[in-house]
Amino acid sequence: MAGQSLLKVQGVETYYGNIRALAGVDVEVNKGEIVSLIGANGAGKSTLMMTIFGSPQARSGKVVFEGQDITKMPTHEIARLRIAQSPEGRRIFPRMTVLENLQMGASLDNLKYFSEDVEKMFTLFPRLKERQAQRGGTLSGGEQQMLSIGRALMARPKLLLLDEPSLGLAPLIVKGIFEAIRKLNQDEGLTVFLVEQNAFAALRLSDRAYVMVNGKVTMSGTGKELLANPEVRAAYLEGGRH
Amino acid sequence: MEYFIQQLLNGLTLGSIYGLVAIGYTMVYGIIGMINFAHGDIFMLGGFAAMIVFLILTSLFAGIPVALALLIMLIVAMLMTGLWNWTIERVAYRPLRGSFRLAPLITAIGMSIALSNFIQVTQGPRNKPIPPLVSSVYEIGAISLSLKQIIIIVLTVVLLSIFWYIVNRTPLGRAQRATQQDRKMAALLGIDVDRTISITFIMGAALAAVAGTMYLMYYGVVSFNDGFVPGVKAFTAAVLGGIGSLPGAVLGGILIGLIESLWSAYFTIDYKDVATFGILAFALIFKPTGILGRPEVEKV
Repeated sequence: MAGQSLLKVQGVETYYGNIRALAGVDVEVNKGEIVSLIGANGAGKSTLMMTIFGSPQARSGKVVFEGQDITKMPTHEIARLRIAQSPEGRRIFPRMTVLENLQMGASLDNLKYFSEDVEKMFTLFPRLKERQAQRGGTLSGGEQQMLSIGRALMARPKLLLLDEPSLGLAPLIVKGIFEAIRKLNQDEGLTVFLVEQNAFAALRLSDRAYVMVNGKVTMSGTGKELLANPEVRAAYLEGGRH
Repeated sequence: MEYFIQQLLNGLTLGSIYGLVAIGYTMVYGIIGMINFAHGDIFMLGGFAAMIVFLILTSLFAGIPVALALLIMLIVAMLMTGLWNWTIERVAYRPLRGSFRLAPLITAIGMSIALSNFIQVTQGPRNKPIPPLVSSVYEIGAISLSLKQIIIIVLTVVLLSIFWYIVNRTPLGRAQRATQQDRKMAALLGIDVDRTISITFIMGAALAAVAGTMYLMYYGVVSFNDGFVPGVKAFTAAVLGGIGSLPGAVLGGILIGLIESLWSAYFTIDYKDVATFGILAFALIFKPTGILGRPEVEKV
């Protein structure tokens, strides 16, 4: 299952105006893996997620997906290669219903598999079923997070990017969401690239992980290795354990 | 009483035309947050396109049925203005996307002036009359209802229904609403945002072209500066109804039409524009978001 490279980020530098947010990042995600990226606020984790999608585009370096250079591709074409993202801040369409939000996720296939996939989402996140006719903006944070992940999954992605799925959520809900991710990975071989501040949960879930500091990857290894690493423990785990 | 109902009908007719134009303002505002001040001139271009088609048709095929002529005028006008508006967006507005908010606004005003001057130069500054196309009038008691008015009102209702269906029930409409609510997220889901915006401009222009053709049929005359006052009134309608809201645009259009015709009927016609804009100013003091506009607060 694992082994074959799906996403390769090579020496990527991204700028906001004159401010360098990513200073030469190398990251690789193989098929079937769960890879996480941990780091403090402002380290550039979300920027990397968006740079993979060409928004903003990398000023130098390369983003390669399935052997294809996608660095300069328009965002919507990158999405059509079946990379899906549940982005920072969830970005639910507030004045669309839950069902419409899910339909937006399935727009790549013109809703061809919609009825089948939506049932799957409702099994995965039963709360969404109860709320399906409600407008996205009226959902609670946890429900929005489920919807955001569900919407991304509706695209039948080869690679799922998750930006802080645990942010602002109650521990029980976080547990549920991480469980769902693990299940998708095990049952369907879904490849997941995850950004998290909740380092402990992320490292336990992941096959491999990267640590990012000030726009640079400073450490990498398997989830277990990093969990045992004293530096990582001191910076991201001790006192921060949920 | 009959007089009042008569004026209501007149107002409704005029309001339908304003409403059709107002939709173009409100949709473009909704999707890129910019007031397209050239939209009134797109409406005027629609009127001119219809007039030219009419002249060509009547000189080539003398006995052409009116209904067919009207249909061809509508279709050609819609296609031409659609193309115009697509080009304007492509050339004048898209390069400014992402620059400061006033830049596209100023460009739109420039585009408006350019379009009306272009028509003035190429078509001449005088009013362009056409012979009455449809002249049947039905008398119901003391009220007279002309076929023109029926056509305008029915056509507006039909177009609005189609339009409502597209926006609320089709993938295109969903993409438009998504682009409106969160452009970046729409792109992340594979929506071609530029294309969606282009289509929105084309749709708005097509409705404005219908309004322009109806205006030409109703008044029998079109002039290069017709984009200005009716355009501003349609814009007023969009603001009064709540800019960004489609039903609001129609409601605003009908209200403006009613205010205008009732004021002209009971007070003085010279001050009808003063009345219209006065009521707008008044309404905005008490409800700045317009009648159906949504308040800015959203839970995120």
